Amino acid sequence: MKQFGARQPYMTLRIPKLGVSFLVERQPLWLIACLVLLLFICMLYATGAGSLPIPASDVFKSLIGHGDPLNDLIIREFRLPRVLTAVLAGAALALSGAVMQGMVRNPLASPDLMGITSGAGLAAVVFLNFFSGDWGIHWLPVFAAAGGAIVAGAVFLAAWKGGIAPIRMVLIGVGITALLGSARTIIMLQANIWQAAQSYTWLVGSLHSSSWSSVQMLFICLLVLSPLLFIAVRYINLHALGDEVALGAGSALQRERILLIALLTALAGAGISFVGGISFVALMSPHIARRLVGPSFGAVLPASALIGAMILVTSDLIGRTMFVPLDIPAGIFTALIGAPFFLYLLTKVWSR
Amino acid sequence: MVQSARGKWLLMGAVMSIVVLLFFGSMVWGYTATTWRDVLDAYTQRGDTIEQHVIRDLRTPRAVVAAIVGAALAVSGTLMQAITRNPLAGPSLLGINAGAGLAVVLGVTVIGLTEIRHYVWFAFLGAGLTALAVYGIASVGKEGPTPLKLTLAGAAISALISSLTSGLLILNENGLQSVMFWMAGSVEGRPLSLVWPVLPLLAAGFVLALAVGRSLNTFALGEDIAKSLGQRTGLLRLVVSVAVLLLAGSSVAIAGPIGFIGLVIPHVTRWLVGRDYTWIIPGSALLGASLLLLSDIGARFLLFPREVPVGTITALVGAPFFIYLARTGSKT
Repeated sequence: MKQFGARQPYMTLRIPKLGVSFLVERQPLWLIACLVLLLFICMLYATGAGSLPIPASDVFKSLIGHGDPLNDLIIREFRLPRVLTAVLAGAALALSGAVMQGMVRNPLASPDLMGITSGAGLAAVVFLNFFSGDWGIHWLPVFAAAGGAIVAGAVFLAAWKGGIAPIRMVLIGVGITALLGSARTIIMLQANIWQAAQSYTWLVGSLHSSSWSSVQMLFICLLVLSPLLFIAVRYINLHALGDEVALGAGSALQRERILLIALLTALAGAGISFVGGISFVALMSPHIARRLVGPSFGAVLPASALIGAMILVTSDLIGRTMFVPLDIPAGIFTALIGAPFFLYLLTKVWSR
Repeated sequence: MVQSARGKWLLMGAVMSIVVLLFFGSMVWGYTATTWRDVLDAYTQRGDTIEQHVIRDLRTPRAVVAAIVGAALAVSGTLMQAITRNPLAGPSLLGINAGAGLAVVLGVTVIGLTEIRHYVWFAFLGAGLTALAVYGIASVGKEGPTPLKLTLAGAAISALISSLTSGLLILNENGLQSVMFWMAGSVEGRPLSLVWPVLPLLAAGFVLALAVGRSLNTFALGEDIAKSLGQRTGLLRLVVSVAVLLLAGSSVAIAGPIGFIGLVIPHVTRWLVGRDYTWIIPGSALLGASLLLLSDIGARFLLFPREVPVGTITALVGAPFFIYLARTGSKT
């Protein structure tokens, strides 16, 4: 088997003790390594930037424990949790979008259409307008997550008809999303201007409330969900061939879809609960990734995560440094940064 | 789904009478209590009572705008889904709503526009420029604007422009206040003098849409089959995109961005009359008109005596029916 050596497009990773094996593609590995490096540079720069700029070398010193105390304080207490939240939330959203598009096989599908964003958004607006006086603001992510989960469950149940047809599920999601959006707008029209502005910030998506606890929670979520991602890669590569072929190849299509839906809901829910209704990242990161590394899902998934993380870190960086003293929500800039790059990639690929 | 041509004509007749009923309902029901008698008097006696003024000068324009805009949005959504072959596409995918929104917000924050009648041409210009940009970018490359290219370019440019709009609004809170209501979409307070200049554009859009019905049936068979049957798919896409711009651009110019109708009515129509576009296009016009008329009546009573922007009601009225049909309706 080894006769072609390095020319084989795949490497096999095997962990015999656990009975786990996995195919790794060689060609995108370099690109993914470059993306990792790029993300690291973005993070280093974002941690240094702010009202008190810290050069990257000093940031690095602080991270390995040799910085001066003032820098340590700023970095550890304020900037690092924010940057890490952006990385983790951006990655979670992008992964969720990639799974969604892989499963539905429609380039306009995003986890928003599972009702997660609209459910979380409605819950957040209800919380900000009716409960925030009695309950502390740290309950907001809990409300948002619960709202998102309930609505995603409702979409799933409404779409279930002896099985899940992705396009039926997405259309029902469109209906439920629109319904909840109306309810949200009506509440916001009734609210006073301060509450409306606060709700608007949440809906656009912002990182200003991130802390070490949000980093912890997001990290745990991603860690728990990551084994499922490996399984998802296999399912989606097979589902991409169409229902008939997948069934013919022995795929338990419906059971696998349930797992994929649970996975993408959990990923999107985790991201949205902590950073709000960030747009663009989940929809477009997978497209950008696909233009860079090709169609195979095993490469698209990590590349999407890295691109999503990069977009969100950069958006937050711009939001908090370019318009000082204003802290502009990161959600404003995600499309502003991501879309031109995406369009550039598209025209480059097309004009070949 | 109705199969026979006879059944389809009956269905069309039924929907048409619903439109007429809702049109008159829209003139009778509202904040000022009026009767059917007043409607009749307003046009036969030309009297001077408050009721007659309300009906002639406020409610009639409103009903006309709701019917026209509802029909235009639904037809443009149908066309958009047909040429992108994507059931999730809507009229906003050409960037029309996003472009109009940005143009209006720029007009308000930079030039200081305050009146809705000044918004109209700004909105149309913004919609047109954005649609041009989307179409232009999707045309890069040899094979021209394929469905996938239009979809991707449209989604990316719409996202880009909407985020510019949100950015401007966040930096300028006064702008937010005055534009918020426009952004939610409404057919209230649009005098007919606002509609006349846009009417030729709308009419051209409807004519184009009705003319391409048969070609869309061929196009739906797939790019290769359509081409081998002698269809000039590139030309068809261009004509349909122009029709979408005329219809959706005029709608957003008159009434602001009203969501949901353009995305959902095409599906509802397909579930009712099948896959033949010569039926779907007129059918969606009638259903769109009735949904917006009904939503506009709902907008007056939901939080009575306050009015709600009609854009928030379309989903409230239409979504339950849509979800029901999505579950039970035939496969699309």
